[in-house]
Order: sequence, then structure tokens, then C-alpha cells
Amino acid sequence: MTLLRFLAEHHDEVLRLLLQHVVLVGLSTAVAVAIGVPVGILAARRPRAGAPIVWLANVVQTIPSLAMFGFLLPLPLIGGLGARVAIFVLILYALLPIVRTTVAGVSGVDRTLVEAATALGMTPQQLLWQVELPLALPSIVAGIRVAAVIGVGTATIAAAVGAGGLGEYIFRGLSMVDPTVILAGAVPAAALALSVDGGLLLAERVMRSASPRRRALAGWTAAGLSACVIVAASSAFGSASGGDVIRVGSKNFTEQIILGEIVAQHLERRTGVSVQRRLNLGGTFICDRALRSGDIDVYVEYTGTADTAVFKDAVESDPARVLTRVREKYAQGGLTVLPPLGFDNTFAILVRGEDARTHGLRTIEDAARWTPSARAGFGYEFLQRADGYPGLSEKYGLRFAAPPRAMDLSLIYRALAERQVDLIAGDATSGLIEAYNLVMLQDNRRYFPPYDAVPVARSAMLLRVPAARAALEALAGRIPVDEMRRMNHAVDAGHADPAAVARAFLARLERERPSGG
Amino acid sequence: MVLRGVDLDIAAGETIALVGRSGAGKSTLLKLINGLIVPDDGHVFVEGRDTREWDPFVLRRRIGYVLQEIGLFPHMTVGQNVGLVPGLLGWEPLRIASRVAEMLRLVGLDPKVYAGRPALELSGGQRQRVGVARALAADPPILLMDEPFGALDPVTRAELHREFRRIQAEVRKTVVIVTHDMAEAFALATRVGVLDAGVIAELDEPRQLARSTDPRVRPLLEPLLEARAVMP
Repeated sequence: MTLLRFLAEHHDEVLRLLLQHVVLVGLSTAVAVAIGVPVGILAARRPRAGAPIVWLANVVQTIPSLAMFGFLLPLPLIGGLGARVAIFVLILYALLPIVRTTVAGVSGVDRTLVEAATALGMTPQQLLWQVELPLALPSIVAGIRVAAVIGVGTATIAAAVGAGGLGEYIFRGLSMVDPTVILAGAVPAAALALSVDGGLLLAERVMRSASPRRRALAGWTAAGLSACVIVAASSAFGSASGGDVIRVGSKNFTEQIILGEIVAQHLERRTGVSVQRRLNLGGTFICDRALRSGDIDVYVEYTGTADTAVFKDAVESDPARVLTRVREKYAQGGLTVLPPLGFDNTFAILVRGEDARTHGLRTIEDAARWTPSARAGFGYEFLQRADGYPGLSEKYGLRFAAPPRAMDLSLIYRALAERQVDLIAGDATSGLIEAYNLVMLQDNRRYFPPYDAVPVARSAMLLRVPAARAALEALAGRIPVDEMRRMNHAVDAGHADPAAVARAFLARLERERPSGG
Repeated sequence: MVLRGVDLDIAAGETIALVGRSGAGKSTLLKLINGLIVPDDGHVFVEGRDTREWDPFVLRRRIGYVLQEIGLFPHMTVGQNVGLVPGLLGWEPLRIASRVAEMLRLVGLDPKVYAGRPALELSGGQRQRVGVARALAADPPILLMDEPFGALDPVTRAELHREFRRIQAEVRKTVVIVTHDMAEAFALATRVGVLDAGVIAELDEPRQLARSTDPRVRPLLEPLLEARAVMP
């Protein structure tokens, strides 16, 4: 019921995301058919040349989709954020089933029929169009159906690179720990997959029915549908193409989305330039690539993350030194670090409140005595990063009952609350800390570096739009940690809309603004 | 090498049968005529023109072809199968339709009943009739038949032999039939050739051939003589 209400309340957005999803899958599948079927026919005609092609398509299929986006993002032409790279990846994934079933379908045609057709005087083209393709059609359509259904699923990942689609709800729901929002993406996606599958099956039946008139009708219907998809494509993705645009990015968790909205709305108000949001991007690496390639103009980074994850510096715990170092290194890449927003989103080592009371845990040092009987869960980044788990366990001599489990950031608080693990590394500003009654252990040996939130922007954009610099500087120190935690909580626990939370915050800011400023 | 020193003249309007065991080169000889195979050495003339000089597609559309496996296209109706070569030749749809009906009637199938049926729904004998109708649809001067009735039961086969003689009396094509069955050759052909190991051992009218003493011909005649011996 809550799902239906959500869908009803957000029907404009749902429709737009659904449309984007259809365009992503439709366009990529169409291109994959246009490439895959001819390649499959060629491979069937010349098995020796065909084998490597099928092998290559096989290899491509085994690359995990998120990894594929990671490979392609930095490439010129194909790479970059948005629908382009997503469609490219979806095409690659759709090729294998189509090529393979085309090969199977064409080479599976009875040799007697090929001989008969040749003996009756068919040219190779006539043989292909009148005999081989019609007989291979059921097999080819089966491949297209598999490709399209896989595409609907894979396209949800495309939201991680800012391509839109129903995946936006899934990622947003995961970061907000809101099952309704996850379902709002997953259920329409599943329905889309089923109707695509059924629709293609129906199309094949019509194509096979011998009447040329119905076949022509089917052809025109298909042409009409593709035209609709193209029109939809331009409306779903097309935005202000003329005029200046500032693109605001964010990573894929609640705080980042709120900060992205704050920056975006603030820039809209103060600069009058139109702002494009590319929020919910798949992590530090993708945001950094996007910023450097100009796919986004600004996003909020944390000084410690920039220092260790982007620039691979040694861990440093003095906030001023880190800020200076980061500012210099960004400057070399034509990027400007603006003044800190006011809060430090350091890592928070969290345990359940009851464990803290029972075992008297106040600091991480206290916890080191207790952890040999505890299980830990960490995000993938935290497990890998130099300033993450490896250094932490060394500094405090942490030992656990089992190797720490790698978990998705969006699930980690719930995992702790539900006793799947006993200790996690989360964000100091997470609204879920209070929601789940968790306790943050003090970093009494000062292991974690500072993670001051700072907007990082392309210097070229700041020169082009001077008002943008002034606007971003006006945010300096205006978001203290309790304010950030409150906003996170409003979204995570109160299921408020991040855009609305940002709007309310900016309205408060305007009221507090000294008059005449 | 499958065929050696074959020297064969086929007159317009005659029905010639080539008999031999499997691997004797019978099918190869047929494929030389419609250009599916080009000879390594020597020449094949069709209507006075070397098959190398013919456009192979034009040549094949002028030659009807009936295979043992028939090769009806399963994704087409009976009518579409029969109308295939006229379609390749670019006939008007109306002309094709009336020709299809004419051909189905010729082979003893009611066009109203059969033209719209999927080719797969037919019995073996009906399929073979459709195969013949398809081969004759574009009114080719030449008809090649590769073991056309081999897969049928004896009763159906005898029936189709009678049908063939009736049709041939009506259309007067130049027909080359390949078969391993001397009885079939005698039943259908005006002249019968025996192929053995790629060579034509003997070529004559059935009556003459039946008296042959050639050791390559006798074994093929034997079943025929035995059958006659037990007849009253």
C-alpha cells in the first residue's frame, strides 16, 4: 500500500524514470540487434571467423557491470557520465545472447532446405531472407528477449553513472534505507522486464504468421514504436542544451544527496544559471573522474577522502595541513577547493547501545579488549583504504572473532541493529546513529584523519560564473555537524525528500543572513 | 573423381533414367546439369550453352528440381512453396496464384483445400506431389528428379508413377531421373542409363537394356527378373 501511495505521489518522476529506462534498454537492444544479427549470420557462414567473435562476446559478458562502467568512464567518446556510457555498456551485454542465438539459428537450418533453395535458383541474399532468417527467427527472437530482459536489469546499475532510469529509486532507497523507495524502482523494473519479454514473444508470433499484410502491419507498428522511443529519448534526457549550465554531482548516500541538493538549489538561487543534477553517482572514484572530465562542475568531497583515496597520500591527522595539501593538489588539476562547510564527517566506529553499556565501551581502545568475541562489518571502501580498516586494526590492535564482512554502506547500520554484526564503521553524521540507538566510540588515539566537507569545483566554471564562487563561499561554516546529522535523520528515518530538506535548510539560512548582505 | 568420360546426349522431351548403386555418381551428374557443380574438366551444355556461361540463378530457375527429401519449406504454406520460383522470376501475384492452383490440380491436390495449408501438415505422398508441382511451377523446359519417390511405400510409389506418366504426357518436359531402382526406371523412362563407378556402362531403351549381359548391368536387373519369375 505504501508503495502504491509512493507511486501515486511521485507519478511524474516515476514516469520520467520509467521512460529513461525504456529508452536505455530500447536503444541499446536495437543497436545490439543491428550489430549482433549480421555478425551472427557472418559467424554462422564462416565458423572459423565466427568462433573468436562468440568467444569475445562471452568474455565481455563475464565482466561485472559496475566494473565495466569503471573501465569505460575515463575513455574519450564512449566514457563520461550519463546515458552514453550506459547505453554502450548495455549494448555490449546485449550482444552475446543475440550473436549466439543468431549463430545457432542460422547454422541450425536443415542443410536439405538450403540445398533445395539453391537448386530452385535462389541467390545467397534470397536464401538468407526467404529461408535462413525466417527459420532462424524463433531462435533469434529468443536471444533478443534474453538480451532485453538482462538489459532491463543491468540498466538499473546505470543510475550509478548518472544515466537515470529506475535504478535511481533503487540506489536512493538503499542509501535512505527505505524499502518503499527500493520497491518503487524494483517493481516497475520487474514489470517492464515481463512486458518486454511478452511483447517480443507476441511480435515473433505475428512475424511468423504467414500473411504479408499482417507482417507489414507489424513492421509499421515497430517503426512507430521506435519513433516514439526516439521522441521519448529526446524528452527524457534532453535538457537545456543552450545557455550556461552548472552540473552538480554527488556520491550515492543520503548526506551526499542532501549536500548535492543544497549546492544545486543554492546555485540556482544565487547565480540564475540553470543547474543540472547528477546526484547519486557510484562513489568517490566516479565523482572524481566525472569532475576531471567536466561531466560535473562541482561536488562535495571530504578532505581526508581526497587526501588518501584520491591523491594516495599518507594518513595525516591535522585538519589544516590536510586542507592545504588537498587544495594544492586539486589546483594542479584545474580544480578549486572552496571553504569547508563546517562539519567533519569522520569515520564513526559504532556499536549497539546495549553492548556499550554492558561492556563499558567508550573508546575504540576499550573495544579492542571486547572485539575478539565480536564480528565486524565494513564498507568495501573502508576495507581497502589505507585510512580504513588496515591502519585502524594496527593502531588499536583490533582482533575479531571472524574476518570482517564486506557490506554495502546502505545496509551496514541495519546489519548492526539486527545483530548480524557487532561493530561497524559508519559516518559520524549518519542520522541512523540515533535512529538505531547506536553508540559512536571515541577515536582516542586520533587515528582517523579529518573529513571536513568541502565543495570541489572546476576552476573554469568558477571563472565563467563568478557568482557561483560567491555562492559556494557563502556556505562556508554554515552546516555544523548536528545540523547535518539532523538533515540525514530527517531523510533516513523520517523518509523526507532530500530536495525538501535542502530547501528548508536554505530557507533557514536566508532568514539568518545578515540584512543588507 | 566422381565421374569420368561421361558422354551423354539428352534429347528435348525425352525421359531418361540413370540407375546405379549408391556412390555411382548419379546425383553428381544431376548437379552438373543445373550448375550446382561445375566440372573440373569437360563441358555440360544446357540448351546449347555451357553451364559455365549461364548465370547460375537464371539456369536453375529454368530447371525444375525434385529431391528425395523434397525440401518443402516448413515456414511456408503449400501454395507459397509451389509459387516460389515464379516469385523469384518476378511474376505478378495474381498470375502466381492461378499458376499455383493449376499446378496443384495437375498433381491431384485440390488447391482450395491445400494451397493455404502449412507444408508440414501433409503426408509423405502429398509432399512428393507438392515437390513435383513446385518443380514444374515456372514451366521449366527441363526437370531433374533425384530419387523422387525413394522414401515412399510401394503402393503410393506405384500411384505416383502412374501420375508421373500422365503429367509427362501432358507437359512434355525433358526429364532426367536418378534412381537405384531399375523397376522405377523402366516404369518411367524412355531411355535408361546404368552408371557404375563414375562411368556410363550402358544406355538404351528399357527393352534392349533388359537383355544386357554386361556384368555391371546384370545385378541391377536381377530383382526385376526375380519378381517376374514369381508372377503367375
